[in-house]
Amino acid sequence: MTEKLIFELSLPGRQGVAFPANDVPTTALPELLPQEFIREQAPPLPEVGELDAVRHFVRLSRMNFGVDVGFYPLGSCTMKYNPKVAEDAAALSGFANLHPYQPVELSQGALRLMYETQQDLAEITGMDAFTLQPAAGAHGEMTGMLIIKAYLESKGEIGRTKVIVPDSAHGTNPATATLCGFQVVEVKSDERGGVDLEALKKVLGPDVAALMLTNPSTLGLFEDQIKEIADLVHRAGGLLYYDGANLNAIMGYARPGDMGFDVVHLNLHKTFGTPHGGGGPGAGPVGVKAELAPFLPKPVVIKQEGSYLLDYNLPRSIGRVKAFYGNFGVVVKAYTYLRALGGQGLKQVSEFAVLNANYLMGRLSNHLRIPYPRVCMHEFVASPPKDLKERGIKTLDIAKRLLDYGYHPPTVYFPLIVEEAIMIEPTETESKEILDQFADILIKVLEEARDNPETLKNAPYTTPVRRLDEVTAARKPVLGWLPE
Amino acid sequence: MRFIPHTEEERRQMLDLLGIEHTDRLFEEIPRDVRLNRELQVEGGLSEMELSRHMASLAGINTGVDETVCFLGAGAYDHYIPSAVKHILSRSEFYTAYTPYQPEISQGVLQSIFEYQSMICLLTDMDAANASMYDGASALAEAALMACAATRRDRVVVAKTVHPEYREVVRTYLYGHGIEISEAPFREGQTKVEDAAGLLDNKTAALLVQYPNFFGSVEDLAKLAEAAHAVGALLAVCADPIALGLLKSPGQCGADIVVGEGQSLGNPLSYGGPYLGFLACREKFLRKMPGRIVGQTVDVDGRRAYVLTLQAREQHIRRDKATSNICSNQALCALAATVYLSLVGRQGLRQVAELCLQKTAYARNLLSQLPGYQLPWQAPVFKEFVIKTKVAPDIINRELLKHNILGGLDLGRYYPELAGHMLFCVTEKRSRQEIDLLADRLGALS
Repeated sequence: MTEKLIFELSLPGRQGVAFPANDVPTTALPELLPQEFIREQAPPLPEVGELDAVRHFVRLSRMNFGVDVGFYPLGSCTMKYNPKVAEDAAALSGFANLHPYQPVELSQGALRLMYETQQDLAEITGMDAFTLQPAAGAHGEMTGMLIIKAYLESKGEIGRTKVIVPDSAHGTNPATATLCGFQVVEVKSDERGGVDLEALKKVLGPDVAALMLTNPSTLGLFEDQIKEIADLVHRAGGLLYYDGANLNAIMGYARPGDMGFDVVHLNLHKTFGTPHGGGGPGAGPVGVKAELAPFLPKPVVIKQEGSYLLDYNLPRSIGRVKAFYGNFGVVVKAYTYLRALGGQGLKQVSEFAVLNANYLMGRLSNHLRIPYPRVCMHEFVASPPKDLKERGIKTLDIAKRLLDYGYHPPTVYFPLIVEEAIMIEPTETESKEILDQFADILIKVLEEARDNPETLKNAPYTTPVRRLDEVTAARKPVLGWLPE
Repeated sequence: MRFIPHTEEERRQMLDLLGIEHTDRLFEEIPRDVRLNRELQVEGGLSEMELSRHMASLAGINTGVDETVCFLGAGAYDHYIPSAVKHILSRSEFYTAYTPYQPEISQGVLQSIFEYQSMICLLTDMDAANASMYDGASALAEAALMACAATRRDRVVVAKTVHPEYREVVRTYLYGHGIEISEAPFREGQTKVEDAAGLLDNKTAALLVQYPNFFGSVEDLAKLAEAAHAVGALLAVCADPIALGLLKSPGQCGADIVVGEGQSLGNPLSYGGPYLGFLACREKFLRKMPGRIVGQTVDVDGRRAYVLTLQAREQHIRRDKATSNICSNQALCALAATVYLSLVGRQGLRQVAELCLQKTAYARNLLSQLPGYQLPWQAPVFKEFVIKTKVAPDIINRELLKHNILGGLDLGRYYPELAGHMLFCVTEKRSRQEIDLLADRLGALS
């Protein structure tokens, strides 16, 4: 199944939407713009009717897999169900049609929603102040690390140029540290999957600005030495940064602020049920301890005498990371989710996220290699059995075969420290039935791998397209349609 | 339990398999001294019916552009969104998907991004576009970083006619690298080439300008490009995509990198986000581009297909050596832009642009003839213009609001030297009657 490009459906003279005629006196173009500023030819956009366009994009949607289509155990991405009521809320005219520069008197509902979201996120994470401005997790990381940089500089600590990240970290962590002008120092994991304390001690010193950590780690394991780690980092004069990708595991059970973290970013599109949109938009709010609050991006939403205001008076702020106030539409969805669940409901989210992951690990532990056989949190990491390697079966082959059975595969080849990693995160919104079906199919795929390895190596068979030539795509890039 | 399907029986069976009595056992991994020993104080537990009512009442407190007549722009625009856009965007195969890591089951998102990249290239006359950035401001900041990497220089010149918040974002992004920023002043509402040229030197990586600029004036890109290139710097342009239906493209004027805010293309105002930033460049800078890029290829059966490509630039492969830390794009907003541009098409985009141009010219002319209002500058404008007022802008806006009009931006807020100046925006949605009403009310005030 393939679909023509929209350009290939184009026929000169068609138009999908009509505009009203000009109702003001028309001035000749040359009187309004110098000739050399005017485009000689309109850009060759497609010319299609409304039905052509609608069918084209509906057909494309049918070639796409989302949480609403089937099980999506993509580790580290928290592909939980996205409640429809939140979509409806964000689409309400009183939210969707607000201009960012309209007077705050007209926006009290929106500002209250933002303010309460800031407060709730602070309560959930144990931080003192929040900004909703960052548009995504990586954007939040950048914001948080720049706050750390500005804070240290304000204390005259200009020699702190290094940022420590564990070898199990998300790729965004080292990339962020570089973007913020730090040098990255990698620290290895110990045999239990946590930070190796001895290795950490060796790299800590007066040149260290921060340690970036995910807890539970990307291995799905709780870093139980977190207090010691926090003490070591703080004693060395550094700060502790929390990558909130895995917060779904611990809500109501533990808070980064109580563990000693100074700065956190959250992913509203993971933990708080907002959809991922095929790659975005998300939202990556950042929370800090009181001492770092003056450095938050401006403006922040404050409450004064019963009204809500945008406070721009932050002279030590790092500035801005985005125009306006963040991905407000996404924040509306997260707020809706918070009010649906409340404190107790959020704790149940984590309870069942962790139960589901442990149950699925239990169902699969005799069939996959589990490199860290401990109780996991919201996800677990596994490797294919040893004998499959001898048959030339890779994790990629298993993932591709799962597509034929109607599942989105788990995250593969991450974290980098686990051989042929398969990272499974079921989330709390999946029932036992779904987990059992998935476990049965995965076991069946492993059997197929033994009985008939070629079946896996050539999979998938039933998808709209089959395995792609990614090498040619990168070597001879074709990145757009060109007019003839 | 909200959105959690387990029955008590299922939960017991699951605990049995794990050989434990209670889920608390699973959380013993968390040391006692960091456990939270109280309930989270977060309001909630509302049923869907209560929740819908609560959200409607919060939304109801706000008054937006559909209940007023909006003459406010300044980076967020009240353009018409064809109905089909929201219907396509509500397809949950699109919106509940993650980044298309598994191309075999993600052709919908991948092909739509490929079409989006194509359209951005056609609008800007650039060779390659990425899958989108967070917004126009962050796209401009990434363009500055890209130019520094491409030229191995560490200084940029930003026109003061670039959106003030965009300039702040550029400053924040460059802070980490210690890149020096100079701001080129404006005269007559435009960046004059001699003023920019005076700041450009052989250490300058790029000149950053907006097109049309923050005041609505159309900058002379060709001359600015010449000045930048004369010292080996790049020209990075932040363009309004609607204007590109009518104005000469930045590519034709000599720009090297073109970015912009794509909100105008089918995305609601939504109090400032989510929007999308587009970023496009000439081929020689392709491998310095940040963000996701989709390319065309074939599958094992020879069928045409699309895939994320050139990933060797990105954080999940290169880690600390990546071109940027960006991980996501604004795929759903980019889809809105793609559907919008498909519906309006070649002729429609030009129509929208001409409607904006004509109505803005009409409003500008009308307002400039009112006593107490004058045009400070004569530079050509597209869909926004600046007017100098005798009465203070905040008083004007308060008065306009009484007549349900959302007035222009008070420029004194961002440019102290422009106290008593307002920035008005007139899109294709404003009728002659609404513009006349604005003029009437302003006239009554002076």
